[in-house]
Amino acid sequence: MNDTTRVATQEQAAQRAVLPAVDVYEDEAGITLLADMPGVPRDLLELKVEGDALSIEGGVRAQTPDQLEAIYAEVRVPRYRRTFTLSRELDTSRIDASLKDGVLTLRIPKQAHAQPRRIDVQAG
Amino acid sequence: MYESLLNYPATLFGEFERLRRELDDAFGTSGLPSSIRSVAAGSLPALNIGRTPTSVEVYAFAPGLDASKVDVTLDRGVLRITGERASPLPNPERGKVNFYARERSYGKFTRAIALPDDVDPAHVKASYKDGVLQISVARHEAAQPQRITVQ
Repeated sequence: MNDTTRVATQEQAAQRAVLPAVDVYEDEAGITLLADMPGVPRDLLELKVEGDALSIEGGVRAQTPDQLEAIYAEVRVPRYRRTFTLSRELDTSRIDASLKDGVLTLRIPKQAHAQPRRIDVQAG
Repeated sequence: MYESLLNYPATLFGEFERLRRELDDAFGTSGLPSSIRSVAAGSLPALNIGRTPTSVEVYAFAPGLDASKVDVTLDRGVLRITGERASPLPNPERGKVNFYARERSYGKFTRAIALPDDVDPAHVKASYKDGVLQISVARHEAAQPQRITVQ
């Protein structure tokens, strides 16, 4: 394989990605998202918010020894990518992210004014 | 041997299974016999297996595990990975939490792979990094390629 074809294959690999499995739940203060991205180190993880779109993308770092010959593979695309549409009451400037053991945890808080308030009913 | 793991038992989602098989046809992985230890597609953890001249390398894509609770055994040529993934999710019974996506799987899992006959069960190494469990099993020296000098 010469350099040109190697670059071409890398570019193709950069385009192909699989959807990571996620859990999403909402409570009063915001939305929590958990995504399975095994094999992704922190420096290959990319989180982006553009307008109301939140995209998560991560590359799997191969920890393969020299002369490794693949004989069986269930993970064939070494990249995860998924995009979510957020809604206006979520505060994208305060998203909290952590990556541990291949699990990405995102906490997306609601805007302060969007959190539910209890309205007292005056007895009258 | 490894190719035989590629076929999965029938599931409730027959049509999806049929579509998957057609895709498999396109990629040339269909028609092979199924392993007696095959599991449903998408089961945790996904496995990649490779071979070097000196070892067999198994990569289990198992995110979010407590490495101390993962059990790896090699018994009569069968490598078995057992573990449990605890759910970090809040209890929905307690109210005020709405779940949308619930795609990740939790609970106990086991995967077993028959390794080639030339592996050396005395030399097994396992490490866990970024959610990938890497198991390296050495191969017997007799199985390693040797250069024969031509006189």
